[in-house]
Amino acid sequence: MNELGLILPEIILGVGALVMLLIGAAQGNKSADLLAILAVLLIAASAYFSMVAGDGTAFHGAFIMDSFARFTKAVILWSSVACVLLARHFFILEKDQRFELPILIVLATLGMSMMVSADNFIALYVSLELQSLALYVLAAFKRDSIRSTEAGLKYFVLGSLSSGMMLYGISLIYGFSGTLDFTAVAATIKASGLSVGMIFGLVFLLAGLAFKISAVPFHMWTPDVYEGAPTPITAFLATASKVASFALVLRAVVVPFSGAVHQYQQIVIFLSVLSMALGAFAAIGQTNIKRLMSYSSIGHMGYALLGLAAGTQLGLRGVLFYLAFYSLTNLGVFACVQAMRRDGKSVENISDLSGIARTRPALAFAFMTMMLSLSGLPPLAGILAKAFVFVAAIEAHLYLLAAFGVLTSVVAAYYYLRIVKVMYFDEPGQPLDSGMGWSVGTIATVATLFSVFFVINTGRLLDYAGGAAQALLK
Amino acid sequence: MSNLPLLSIVTFFPLLGAGAIMLLRGGDGAIAKNARWIALVTTAIELIVSLIIWASFDGHSAQFQLVEKHNWLGYGINYHMGVDGISMLFVVLTGGLMPFCIVASWESIETRVAEYMIAFLVLETMMMGVFTALDLFLFYLLFEGGLIPMFIIIGVWGGKRRVYASYKFFLYTLLGSVLMLLAILAMWQFAGTTDIDTIIHTVHFPVQMQFWLWLAFFASFAVKMPMWPVHTWLPDAHVEAPTAGSVILAGILLKMGGYGFLRFSLPMFASASVTFAPLVFVLSIVAIIYTSLVALAQEDMKKLIAYSSVAHMGFVTMGIFTLTHQGIEGGIFQMLSHGVVSGALFLCVGVVYDRMHTREIAAYGGLVARMPMYAACFMVFTLANVGLPGTGGFVGEFLTILGAFLYNSWIAIFSATGVILSAAYALYLYRRVIFGKLVKPSLQAIQDLSLREFAMLAPLVILTILMGVYPKPVFDITSASVANLIQQHSAAIAYDGAPPKLASAAHGGVR
Repeated sequence: MNELGLILPEIILGVGALVMLLIGAAQGNKSADLLAILAVLLIAASAYFSMVAGDGTAFHGAFIMDSFARFTKAVILWSSVACVLLARHFFILEKDQRFELPILIVLATLGMSMMVSADNFIALYVSLELQSLALYVLAAFKRDSIRSTEAGLKYFVLGSLSSGMMLYGISLIYGFSGTLDFTAVAATIKASGLSVGMIFGLVFLLAGLAFKISAVPFHMWTPDVYEGAPTPITAFLATASKVASFALVLRAVVVPFSGAVHQYQQIVIFLSVLSMALGAFAAIGQTNIKRLMSYSSIGHMGYALLGLAAGTQLGLRGVLFYLAFYSLTNLGVFACVQAMRRDGKSVENISDLSGIARTRPALAFAFMTMMLSLSGLPPLAGILAKAFVFVAAIEAHLYLLAAFGVLTSVVAAYYYLRIVKVMYFDEPGQPLDSGMGWSVGTIATVATLFSVFFVINTGRLLDYAGGAAQALLK
Repeated sequence: MSNLPLLSIVTFFPLLGAGAIMLLRGGDGAIAKNARWIALVTTAIELIVSLIIWASFDGHSAQFQLVEKHNWLGYGINYHMGVDGISMLFVVLTGGLMPFCIVASWESIETRVAEYMIAFLVLETMMMGVFTALDLFLFYLLFEGGLIPMFIIIGVWGGKRRVYASYKFFLYTLLGSVLMLLAILAMWQFAGTTDIDTIIHTVHFPVQMQFWLWLAFFASFAVKMPMWPVHTWLPDAHVEAPTAGSVILAGILLKMGGYGFLRFSLPMFASASVTFAPLVFVLSIVAIIYTSLVALAQEDMKKLIAYSSVAHMGFVTMGIFTLTHQGIEGGIFQMLSHGVVSGALFLCVGVVYDRMHTREIAAYGGLVARMPMYAACFMVFTLANVGLPGTGGFVGEFLTILGAFLYNSWIAIFSATGVILSAAYALYLYRRVIFGKLVKPSLQAIQDLSLREFAMLAPLVILTILMGVYPKPVFDITSASVANLIQQHSAAIAYDGAPPKLASAAHGGVR
């Protein structure tokens, strides 16, 4: 019974998804609105029960509930709720509302929720695949659009490749340690040292996981999928999915390989440096806002990896704090992107934003605030997130890495400023459609207020992140 | 009165004004009119509050005064504000210059007035905060936060190459500052607190670490100052910025660098400051001589004044790093007087620019015939810029050169040539613009100062002369704090042992 309490959040999502499927099958697309509301309620209930659940493990240690899982679940679930609302609004405007969408989002959320609680390699793989399969379909959800289906296919093929690599890595780890449990692997390494096979396993595992968080050099799919997928789905990929995958990386690397910090540190530093550099430089030439955001997210994953490279409690705290900041701000950005419509069609070019400071001052201000926050300019929220990651890198004596990080953030500031420049300095072009709908408006407003006022008081977020980091390292 | 959180009020009150402007509704004309008045009233109240701060400041004490301290982010980061003799007058300078900026923009800014005023008021908050913050993290947030409004001011209301200039300004400054961020984080990590007061008095950084921290802070302040060779953003930013933007840039933003050296580099990284002082002297002297020569060749009035600013800031850095009482007090005085004088010079350029819409020196000539009042005001500021005795410019230059003499006479000799060169370019500018025959047909109908412009320039004329003949009120405030700073510095040096010379700095040992 006790174990049931631990997995109640997942049971709610799983059973709920099946019920939604029945309703959808019976009622067809006209039930889409009802299902969207149901999805929000289910995710909210799941969030509530994960917050009240105590610590413990279930299924013989395959599933774990601790403050790390709680923290990341909170971030994932709020992102999912926002994406359900964004998606509903988006497809109403596109006149393409279908009942599968909320169901797929709930299923993906179920996968993510299990990912952050996975405590052995089988649970890791199963939950990751549950999430990914739902996401492949979601990316191709606009089935009449060539770009969208291309995005889905690309994501699927490359995602399968990465899953294969990861499975290979897991099998090596299993072969050389004789166990799939994270803690047992750690114990094996402690007892008999790190074998070459284990290192190979670690490398393949990290390669597969790096694909999911789109760290360079496994980032190739990101710009195309971000651009092709419908905007709210892009938001979902950029926030909930990224946070869940990153949480998975944290647990699957830090716990089993606690005796191999030096080994995984090298790989993570490599990924981090490349991601920060590519994220900063490749975004400069982009003309599509969603493509630009994809490079931005690659860069941000690089900064978050900086904290993992430190491998300390301070570092993990920084990563978790960063992910919370990153997901909320990105939700706001994509809400703004979704609000870019002209003559009833969504537009995605940066030049479509020209001069909107005069025609749409509120939208321009929200967009500017979040862009500057992402670039890490004080006094907006982003600087705190960056500061807590960088201080961890400094504490771990990774001085050059930290210096490299701040220098790339200056390069990145250039392309974030370009958006501000287009909105504020340029002459207005054709006006965008006015209004953005209450759901999009609310999300954009919340994200903007967060960016502006977060610095006044971080509240308890930092303490929670610290507690979550501690849970992972104990 | 003493219970009021004066420093928080002076820092955050402009945000209230900005919020009020944001709430304005109505036609464009009505919004513009109301926005101007709200901004003017807000900055006027700011000036009054900053004068109250001056009045309630005790110049005999070197302690931080009007201190406010509250919990903020935790983990050793607090909301801590306070002023001492070094920072207090910069608060007054900021408060004093802002109303002039608003008045100067009264007619010259016609588009998007509300946004313009909001940007200026937000900028005022950031500038006030920089000088009152006593927490490294708070300081950094406000120091960098000023970039955003300034970026927008240059980029939206600037001249032809405004986009280029605003990017250049932003990225140069940011590049320097992010290194300072790393240094601040390292200090936080080492000391467990970011409290400036605590770090100055109780924390000693290892000498090796001091070098890196000093260099990181130097990267930020040298760009902000700006020192040669990272000064190239300044002429561009000045030329493209609207008049009031130039005034703030020259009057306040440049002073943040010098203030930073005094607040952080000298007391916190004492040994590193001694070791790197020769580097600063070389850069300062190059700045003084080289940029003065460059100023001599300029065709654009604003560019000329911008280069002269770089030269004058060279005196400041030189004075500060002589580590003598005269040098440091001279540096502070030079910053204050340059804040007034350069601000006034940019206002003067703005006056003729509003009439002729050109800053080309060649487009003017013989203005004295049509604009005698203008010529008189411009004359005072030009002479103050030269450093003529009896004007504010003289005191600072004299003291910094005196400080340099006490340190090393060669430095003083080289820097003194800058005084001659400044006379050359400033008087050359004055002759070309004001004197000569009024032959250009476009100038035949030019009007002398309007009442608004006269009200704007006259107080600055008085202030410039007052600072020259009676500088005592300034020194009453700064003297105790500067003496304390020097004493802290020598105590820290004694703690570190003999500072290694620059040549051996690379392998200088840890204490």
